[in-house]
Amino acid sequence: MPAVLLAVAGITSLLIGSGEVGPGRALHALTGGGDAEASFAVWELRWPRTLVAAGVGAALGAAGAVLQAAARNPLAEPGLLGVSAGASTAVVVVIAVGGSVATLGPYVAVVGALLGCLAALGAARLRGVGDDPVRLVLAGAALSGLLGSLTSILLLVDQRSADEVRFWTVGAVAGRDLGVLAGALPVLLLGGLLVLLVARPLAALALGEQVAAGLGNRPRRARLGAMVAVALLVGGATAVAGPIGFVGLVVPFAARALVGPDLRRALLPSLLLGPVVVLVADIASRLLVRPYEMPLGVVTAIIGAPVLVAVVRARRVPTL
Amino acid sequence: MTPPTVLRADDLSLAYGRTTVVDSIGLDLPAGQLTAVVGPNGCGKSTLLAGLSRLHKPARGAVLLDGQVLARLPVREAARRIGLLPQSADAPDGMTVADLVRFGRQPHQGLLRQWSEQDQRAVDGALAAADVATLADRRLETLSGGQRQRAWIAMAVAQDTPVLLLDEPTAALDLGHQLEVFELLRGLAAAGRTVVVVVHDLTSACRYADHLVAMLAGQVVAEGAPREVVTTDLVRRLYGVESSVLRDPVTGCPVVVPCGPAA
Repeated sequence: MPAVLLAVAGITSLLIGSGEVGPGRALHALTGGGDAEASFAVWELRWPRTLVAAGVGAALGAAGAVLQAAARNPLAEPGLLGVSAGASTAVVVVIAVGGSVATLGPYVAVVGALLGCLAALGAARLRGVGDDPVRLVLAGAALSGLLGSLTSILLLVDQRSADEVRFWTVGAVAGRDLGVLAGALPVLLLGGLLVLLVARPLAALALGEQVAAGLGNRPRRARLGAMVAVALLVGGATAVAGPIGFVGLVVPFAARALVGPDLRRALLPSLLLGPVVVLVADIASRLLVRPYEMPLGVVTAIIGAPVLVAVVRARRVPTL
Repeated sequence: MTPPTVLRADDLSLAYGRTTVVDSIGLDLPAGQLTAVVGPNGCGKSTLLAGLSRLHKPARGAVLLDGQVLARLPVREAARRIGLLPQSADAPDGMTVADLVRFGRQPHQGLLRQWSEQDQRAVDGALAAADVATLADRRLETLSGGQRQRAWIAMAVAQDTPVLLLDEPTAALDLGHQLEVFELLRGLAAAGRTVVVVVHDLTSACRYADHLVAMLAGQVVAEGAPREVVTTDLVRRLYGVESSVLRDPVTGCPVVVPCGPAA
């Protein structure tokens, strides 16, 4: 089912836009015919943003599933925990000092994401925080706020790069160069590979540290591997599209509803549903305020925030 | 003839930071027998079990498995030979009994070695042995405490290790299921496994264990066949309780009847 949804969302993303080119003309262009304007809209504008949305969505969906398994917390979402904020602050620093986002971006973002991840999970290790899923999110929100104000300070200090930063700190998949996606691809693939390696021990971690260790796993190593994998995925995705929140929350939530809590089974649906959610959000961003576009990060927040509230308001937060 | 020892604690000390919880214990756990570890709360029983299962690194001394130092074995190799069921086991919501039991096969799987027929047989056997086969597709959170406990035991059984360590596996169970679990563990021991259980109830320990280890303040104060070891003196020393130790007219096992706090 997730695969079908992905195909539908992908094709829809090519057909629908905020501009003049409607589904009919776009379909013509897609099948090889059509006029020059439609061809341009489909192949030069919508095709790259569809690919970028799919890549970013897959990375964020998988990262959310892995982070939640590692933290044993269904609310552990890269955007909420300050992982995305860490990545984007790092990129903003690069922009502010005049570096090139296209070449440096992914690597700097990964380092920032890793620091954000360590800070949030470090806070979760503090007494009392780890026991309550909601507190972890509060710690992450505090961290995100801190990093956000850091970004604002950089903006104030350096007006020259402010426009570039503003364009970039609003999460979006439109107008992103496919070259940037290609640049982040090694990072994303490395993260994906690492996820495959840690999936089994992470799944066992759901039974508790002692049981996991008793089954021949090394919990600490698995958690460390998971954090690096999340940093690679979120760092790569953030370098391409800027910070996009809630995808890592909504996607694994839906995946678990489909296949149960086991990470090994939830990974594939997360990988497929991630692009679906980002594509749907991106399509919505083109339609909601036509002929203008709403920032993608805003749309994912509109979709994701109610899910967060619903999970927290449930009689008890489900354990992982 | 005494059976060969597979698991041995050699001058084993275990500590949390500077606090020594298990103090220079020397222990031979007989193969093919059911050993019960008893003692008052906080005497170091659970820590000893964690130490024997290599989850707690020795501060001094060593745990030997068939003469090899356990801490030096690769973790996956060790997990194929020693199974552990800790006391507070907790599974995520939505997990089914069969899901849980399948985890027991993890040490037997590798990156390339996926689910095999042997794994499936072990899981089916474990589900049947712990009497949860009919619950296989139920979610854990929908089960009673006793059913859930037996599902966890099934996971430990599916691990199919020569040594099986269980921390209070009967804690949440009613009388009937307590008996079933002990019968199950006896069956495993009779099939040649070394089974070690931490038990609170002294009378069940006497009834089912071949070998009894009594601990007090991190040390072993008595060890041997229950009917030789369990006396009113021991009960007073362990628990500070005066008691009568009777003989079960059917089995001849000691039955501890508490009378009141020791003077």
